[in-house]
Amino acid sequence: MTNDNLLKTPPTDMDTFLKGLWRENPVFVQVLGMCPVLAVTNTVVNSVVMGLATTFVLFTSAVFVSTFRKVIPKQVRIASYILIIATFVTVADYVIQAVSLEVHRSLGAYLSLIVVNCVILGRAEAFSSKNTIGKSVLDALGMGVGFTFALLCLGVVREVLGNGTFAGIQVLSDSFEPWIVMILPAGAFFVLGGWLFLFNWLSERKKQRQAVLA
Amino acid sequence: MANEPKPFPFPQQPEVSSFKMVAVMGSVGLIASILLVVTFQLTGPRIEANRRAYLESAVLTVLPGATRFQAFRPTEENALVLVEEGEKPALQFYAGYDGDDALIGIAIEAQGQGYADVVRILYGYNPSCACVVGLKVLESKETPGLGDKISRDPAFLSNFEALEVKMSADGLQIEQEVELVKSGAKTGPWQIEAITGATISSRAVTDIIRASTEALLPLIQQNLATLEAGS
Repeated sequence: MTNDNLLKTPPTDMDTFLKGLWRENPVFVQVLGMCPVLAVTNTVVNSVVMGLATTFVLFTSAVFVSTFRKVIPKQVRIASYILIIATFVTVADYVIQAVSLEVHRSLGAYLSLIVVNCVILGRAEAFSSKNTIGKSVLDALGMGVGFTFALLCLGVVREVLGNGTFAGIQVLSDSFEPWIVMILPAGAFFVLGGWLFLFNWLSERKKQRQAVLA
Repeated sequence: MANEPKPFPFPQQPEVSSFKMVAVMGSVGLIASILLVVTFQLTGPRIEANRRAYLESAVLTVLPGATRFQAFRPTEENALVLVEEGEKPALQFYAGYDGDDALIGIAIEAQGQGYADVVRILYGYNPSCACVVGLKVLESKETPGLGDKISRDPAFLSNFEALEVKMSADGLQIEQEVELVKSGAKTGPWQIEAITGATISSRAVTDIIRASTEALLPLIQQNLATLEAGS
């Protein structure tokens, strides 16, 4: 519903892009796409690749959905969107395999599961199907960058604490005993909880300040 | 229909003929399939090359000293023949040779149940010393930080640098099976020291090697001449 309210006052182009980074961050504010957020953020590299793949799918499906938004009848729109999204997920899957099999292996099934990531279908339905190509692209890129940023927030904390490394490079001394729980599924919940706490606390504080000023 | 007032929560959809829906879905599908074919054509060779490079590095890791290798597959008469280009047999061995075309050993792929999901390994077997000379975990979903040490713990992997798998004189049976012992309790060359805290994963690797050597070493022993001759 927040999206519909926002659309009543047409935002500027810059705002369309920026809202995905912070104010409507898909992970920290909308809490969408939790499956990849929790599952693949155990290392920095996995987080970055997952974020980029999702951004690519967001971007390309936004271009397609907004291009054909007047042609696709409402009754079959979800089926068409899923078909478009699934196509680009498969494209991303092949490209990652061609670049690095190792990364493809470590992402496992989660790469194909981008198809059902609700961030993508959510943006297609809530934004791309109602807006021009230019705006949809900005929105998709903003959401993609915001999603990647959120995955990185989790990935960095989990890899550094859980393995003592950053993108495979040792950053903590050998005397540091890794918190193995951080790279296990439970660690994902701890770290996500911590970040959500921080984000909510920041936005609460901002609201209070604005209330005081007003 | 079109002139009726719109009920609030569900705005009336404009009537669209079934033909149009099918046509739109069909065109979207057509565009999607064209895109997929193009991607597949463009990335296919790269993916194939990546797979081959991965296999090659794995085979050469488990067979130290080898510089090239050839794939063989067993026939129904228990003979070994070269795998032709494009052939994908269910079971194949990779015979590794050094610069002088002498047989260094045979890399064998094997798999079995680990703590979490299937563990796939590749190990190198040297018939002249009757021992396993290298191990690489190809795929595992073992617990990060504990069980996944089987793929990188140097102390554990050193077990497989010269792990004896002695055959009986007729070459049909394993005389001394590999055996898992506690860390620090290794007394014989056929024993594997477990990783502390990852006993189940260590046992999985041991069981995989035991089962695989039992099943395949007699076959390899019988066809040693074929493997030594190469192509």
